[in-house]
Amino acid sequence: MFVEGERIVDVKIRIGYNHRGIEYLSQRRTIHQIPMLVERICGICSHTHPLCYCQAVEEAMGVEPPDRARYIRTIIAELERIHSHLLWAGVALHLIGYDSLFMYFWRYREPICMLFELLTGNRQSYAVNCVGGVRRDIDVPRHRDRVMRTLKEVGDGVRRLEGMLLEDPLVKARLVGVGVLTRDDARRYCVVGPTARGSGIPIDVRVCEPYAAYAEVGVDIKVFSEGDVMAKTLVRVQEVVESIEIVERALDAMPGGPLRAELPEPPVSEGIGKTEAPRGENIHYVRLNGTVVPERHKVRAPTYANIPSLVPQLLGETIADAPIVIGSIDPCLSCTDRLSVVDAETGKPLGITYEKLVHMSRKKSRRVLRSA
Amino acid sequence: MVNVGRWSLKKSPWLFHFNSGSCNNCDIELIDALTPRYDVERFGILLQGSPRHADILVVTGMVNHQTAPRLKRIYEQMPNPKAVIALGTCATSGGIFADSYHIAGPVDRIIPVDVYVPGCPPRPEAIIEGVIKALAKL
Repeated sequence: MFVEGERIVDVKIRIGYNHRGIEYLSQRRTIHQIPMLVERICGICSHTHPLCYCQAVEEAMGVEPPDRARYIRTIIAELERIHSHLLWAGVALHLIGYDSLFMYFWRYREPICMLFELLTGNRQSYAVNCVGGVRRDIDVPRHRDRVMRTLKEVGDGVRRLEGMLLEDPLVKARLVGVGVLTRDDARRYCVVGPTARGSGIPIDVRVCEPYAAYAEVGVDIKVFSEGDVMAKTLVRVQEVVESIEIVERALDAMPGGPLRAELPEPPVSEGIGKTEAPRGENIHYVRLNGTVVPERHKVRAPTYANIPSLVPQLLGETIADAPIVIGSIDPCLSCTDRLSVVDAETGKPLGITYEKLVHMSRKKSRRVLRSA
Repeated sequence: MVNVGRWSLKKSPWLFHFNSGSCNNCDIELIDALTPRYDVERFGILLQGSPRHADILVVTGMVNHQTAPRLKRIYEQMPNPKAVIALGTCATSGGIFADSYHIAGPVDRIIPVDVYVPGCPPRPEAIIEGVIKALAKL
């Protein structure tokens, strides 16, 4: 970040702190081992990556997953969206120094983690997907009550928290009108997911190109036109409520049948998978060369598409607003949390660390509170 | 005479968390341990923003070539006595990334490690137990 005094005048983005060589590793594993690997691209989106990859391989092989598998994929994907958005809301509020709401949001995330443990056996990294279907069934008669009870508790809690977000003067002062991404800029920078929907662009892979069981259960996408951090927050909070309804509908409509499709010998072919990750459109490309090891596997995660849009969002804002603006696109923080602040006139780094930035952001909250 | 400094450390360990190329799984489980269900802050375990104020360094991830020198520098910035926890399978052994071209770790190849907490990710209970074991080393 380049600054003049407090104002941000330019932003340069450097990524690569979390580079692990996943595509290289993936081209050295069999197609059935790769879901375990791509699950570990990101622990928060650990369902959407393998789902996306499996869809790419299924397209290349010309296989359709069975109906029940599509519903199970949908349920786990929506539970993941709930946990991811609640996690994000907590972290964002932590960045502006509102730790009590941070704890509240994470309090309602915990029951979802327990649901994951019940349904998939692990709190994170659910290992549900495999090429051609899913590995694990959901025992609906046995677990339905527990799932519905938890979802109701979370839904009620999130609606209450949404009310608190809307009325709180501190939240308003720090989020409304901050880090605005206009509709034109959003289009120009090709943003995806909640970042786009917060700027009035109604795109969502679940609706535009339905996969899994979304065409049957239906999705109502939430769009806000303001483009500021508040709009992006409300998009996510309302998506939590929508996701809860999707899981409820999918559980009730779940068809019977097998969990996996029969797979043919790997052909010489290629396929693209697209899913709506909690952060936006996720794309996996797989090229098969007739063996069980893919010739090429390319991943385009949603944060990568959203990061450049930080430039128009940050320009003209103060340094103290930078953490919440950067947080508002919900970056996988591990790749982007190191930045340096540079004086635009002298070109010298000011030596402001991320911790100091968060501290400045929280000090601004206290200033706002005092003057209110 | 009781060494007051050492005694006070055991009462309230401050943690510094460093992500050296992790998938976020271990990181969110670590934060989870701080939030209402597990709430380790009631024992005085606090996540700290600066390595200079911390007693225990918690490292997650497989340590890639870009983060390895930074991990070393953070370790050197921490005051003695200090302990290091390698959190998660990647930090303890490299895990699924062990044969990547960009791996410089696992953690014990860069800095000395006191406690290994395996798991992908480890449960918050396991993380808390790891912190207790690290306290015994301090």
